[in-house]
Amino acid sequence: MNQSLPTLTLKDFASDQEVRWCPGCGDYAILKTVQKLMPDLGTPKERQVFVSGIGCSSRFPYYMNTFGFHTIHGRAPAIATGVKLANPELDVWVITGDGDGFSIGGNHMMHALRRNVDLQILLFNNEIYGLTKGQYSPTSQVGTQSPSSPTGSIDTPLSPCLVAMGSGGSFIARSIDTEAKHLAGVVKRGNSHEGAAFVEILQNCPIYNDGIFEKVKDKKVAPDFKVELVHGEPIRFGKDKEKGISLNRGSLELEIIAALGNEDKLLIHDEKNKIQAQLLAAMEGPDFPVAVGILYQQEKPAFISDAQSRLRKARNKDSSIEALLNSGATWEVK
Amino acid sequence: MQLVKKKADGHYHQQEEILDVVVRFAGDSGDGMQLVGANFTQATALYGNDLSTFPDFPAEIRAPVGATFGVSAFQIYFGAEDVTTAGDKVDVLVAMNPAALVTNLENLIDGGLIIVDSGAFSSKNLAKAKYEGNPIEDNTLDRYRVLSIDIHKQVLSAVEPYGLSHKEALRCKNMWTLGLVMWLFDRDRSPSIESLKKKFASKPIIADSNIAALNAGHAYGETAELPAGIHVYKVPKAKVSPGTYRNITGTQALAWGLIAGSEIADIDLLFASYPITPASNLLHELVIQNQFRVNTFQAEDEIGAVCAAVGASFAGSLGVTSSAGPGIALKSEGIALAAASELPLVVVNTQRGGPSTGLPTKTEQSDFNMALFGRHGDTPIPVISAATSSDCFDVAIEAVRLATKYMTPVMLLSDGYLANAAEPWEIPKVGSLPSFKVRHYDDPKDFKPSIRNKETLARVWAKPGTPGMEHRIGGIERSYDTGDISYDPANHQKMTDLRKAKVEGISNDIPLQQVSYGNHSGKLAVLGWGSTFGAIHQAVKTAVGKGLDVSHIHVRYLSPMPSNLGQLLSNFEAVIIPEMNTGQFIRMVRSEFLIDADGVNKIAGQPFKIQEILDAIYKKLKELARSGDQS
Repeated sequence: MNQSLPTLTLKDFASDQEVRWCPGCGDYAILKTVQKLMPDLGTPKERQVFVSGIGCSSRFPYYMNTFGFHTIHGRAPAIATGVKLANPELDVWVITGDGDGFSIGGNHMMHALRRNVDLQILLFNNEIYGLTKGQYSPTSQVGTQSPSSPTGSIDTPLSPCLVAMGSGGSFIARSIDTEAKHLAGVVKRGNSHEGAAFVEILQNCPIYNDGIFEKVKDKKVAPDFKVELVHGEPIRFGKDKEKGISLNRGSLELEIIAALGNEDKLLIHDEKNKIQAQLLAAMEGPDFPVAVGILYQQEKPAFISDAQSRLRKARNKDSSIEALLNSGATWEVK
Repeated sequence: MQLVKKKADGHYHQQEEILDVVVRFAGDSGDGMQLVGANFTQATALYGNDLSTFPDFPAEIRAPVGATFGVSAFQIYFGAEDVTTAGDKVDVLVAMNPAALVTNLENLIDGGLIIVDSGAFSSKNLAKAKYEGNPIEDNTLDRYRVLSIDIHKQVLSAVEPYGLSHKEALRCKNMWTLGLVMWLFDRDRSPSIESLKKKFASKPIIADSNIAALNAGHAYGETAELPAGIHVYKVPKAKVSPGTYRNITGTQALAWGLIAGSEIADIDLLFASYPITPASNLLHELVIQNQFRVNTFQAEDEIGAVCAAVGASFAGSLGVTSSAGPGIALKSEGIALAAASELPLVVVNTQRGGPSTGLPTKTEQSDFNMALFGRHGDTPIPVISAATSSDCFDVAIEAVRLATKYMTPVMLLSDGYLANAAEPWEIPKVGSLPSFKVRHYDDPKDFKPSIRNKETLARVWAKPGTPGMEHRIGGIERSYDTGDISYDPANHQKMTDLRKAKVEGISNDIPLQQVSYGNHSGKLAVLGWGSTFGAIHQAVKTAVGKGLDVSHIHVRYLSPMPSNLGQLLSNFEAVIIPEMNTGQFIRMVRSEFLIDADGVNKIAGQPFKIQEILDAIYKKLKELARSGDQS
């Protein structure tokens, strides 16, 4: 399909609309990374469709010079499923946030993942409601002070990657807004994955939740608070990769151990191992580093290609309305 | 029509000629009464009678055996003349147990025939129906004629050779009963035998036992010594215009209309819905028709369903979603998105008793207000309604036409009665259907998503996958000129006016309102919409037959209404409006046309009876005569 495509650049994928996020918003970095990545994906821009819900992140489609549909709160996965059902040739993206995707739209997210609809779902997680001026979200840490929780929120947050895994997602990854190279790599893999590719992007909101991910973003401290997963490689972190993750087989819990001299005890990252992926996805500070990269990937038939192949087989150009109306018992009156 | 007439001496004598009959089958919800009804309907249609049916079943799937709340009934009215309702009064009641008898006796005419399974009249079942004695043995049923047969025993002996368990054998009771009633009205059993063979193709023993039971019931009628006056009744064939006919339910007609609409429009159709009574059957009907350009999607919820439909429309297919009242309420935001982004969408509302869960299996017309006004913002959409089961076919095609031509959501109102009721339908010639081929916009020169057809005011429909058509739309107000986001006050005014004008303009693209029956002016117009058609038609016909000055006007287009409707109504001295709600359409008629109409309102979960409308006609005409005398 892409043999004679003209060479496109980032500019071809930027729309003529003025970007209206707050200065310093992590969304700028994500937008740039995705725009830059588009020419590499090999799909012509008229086949790229960005669908979003409501929230800061959901303005994203307006800034892409592709097809875009800015819809209603929480419903982007359902609308994207309809787009894909209507035309499986399209490359369909869902842009959502922690409130849009996991609060008001939690049900659609769960079912798009369960069905394995061939979408790229980019979840911008800033652990706050930005567009409505800073209320706590379903991913906010307990104690988050906000206009709707002045003395600190009491809700237990959910982990998007764990929910995605529990929903039967077949591609679960995590990355960081400003880590352009890492993010591009993860999203590209997600794009080539057949089925729902779920990417949680830790995104900074400089206005309402500034610095919430600083420990995993700050180059000075990040090596101790973040671990990059690479399929087939031992899981190590720290400035000199001096620490590693190991599995205590007695308690089925992860442990941090000294990497040196313990090479045989280090856990080897295996994208296909769901149990291990769940343990890694659940790691959080202060005791554990946050895992980024592709946590889990499983080959399974995508909903749309599966449904469509059955449909296409059944569809018959010669089927006639006349035959339909006359099917079953009829009688003549003369 | 009564099967017997009371003589002056108080004795009944048999009718010489029977022009029409109402039969009601009633039993436990697990007794298979709906299946009996469907088979009898098919046989009656093939016999050549006109007919109308009314499946009347509870929300409970398998209520406790013998319970009054678990009674499932199927009523059929058939005859030699124009039949448009399932009948006010019942001539023949088939009661499979005491609960079915006690809950259905009310509508049986004096002298009517009751067929009861005496085998089910155990003291336990009698107690459940709150009978103190046994009504088939005491004088409870003296006003009727009773054919009491131990169907339990008859069935067990009929299916004995097949070695079924006692429970399995008794499940053939319904077919035995069907056989007897088929004998009573001279119906042909062979289509039912064929369908049993097909239904139980993988279980030949079950098929054979059911067929044996059916034949045994028929043979019983032929050979048993029945009470005097019970014999085969011949109902003359209906006089209908030549053509090919079939039976059709509203659900089937609606499904086929959607398919025909998509073929005519030459676009794919995505039907996305979530199961809800009484709308689910539409999904079941469409999922088996995937040889056409129809794709079905059972969504995770009502909102997911409407959203998938809107997504499909964005991608260039026609999105269709369907539900009943509570589900439509959930879809409201998605419908408004389609209205705002100007994408086609068909929303089918099979109305049921409300509010909340209300009466899920019963019929009502109480979502009129929601259809017209149940959205946030200033969000007009066209609303059309189906009058009869077969009308659902034409109305579905019309919904597809309006949605794709005007790039708008269209609400199609049906109801639980229409969805399940069957009637004979003269199969239309495909060449006689309307034509409205859709063309997606594909000219990249100066393309903007806001380009409009000057006449219809519809926005262009440019679908993803077409080079040069890349564009963004959404729920935020769009600039009239570019389609981009606009917060400009003047633009919002302009766009709101545009959305209103676009929908109002549809009134120039729909037929003028006709009079269904009677004159174009006169004393009284009975104005209806939706499934009240059959009852109003019969009532007005009867009144006109008695020389009264009454007309029937039935509206399909509820919003916008036909441009001549106000004028037409003003030709009458008075207007009455029967509705299965507390008066929703009437408010529209009053406010739009300043006509002081009277409501005739029934909210009982049951369709109108002809007599109820006839009484309202008499009452209004009497009032008019009185005020005429005074002036």
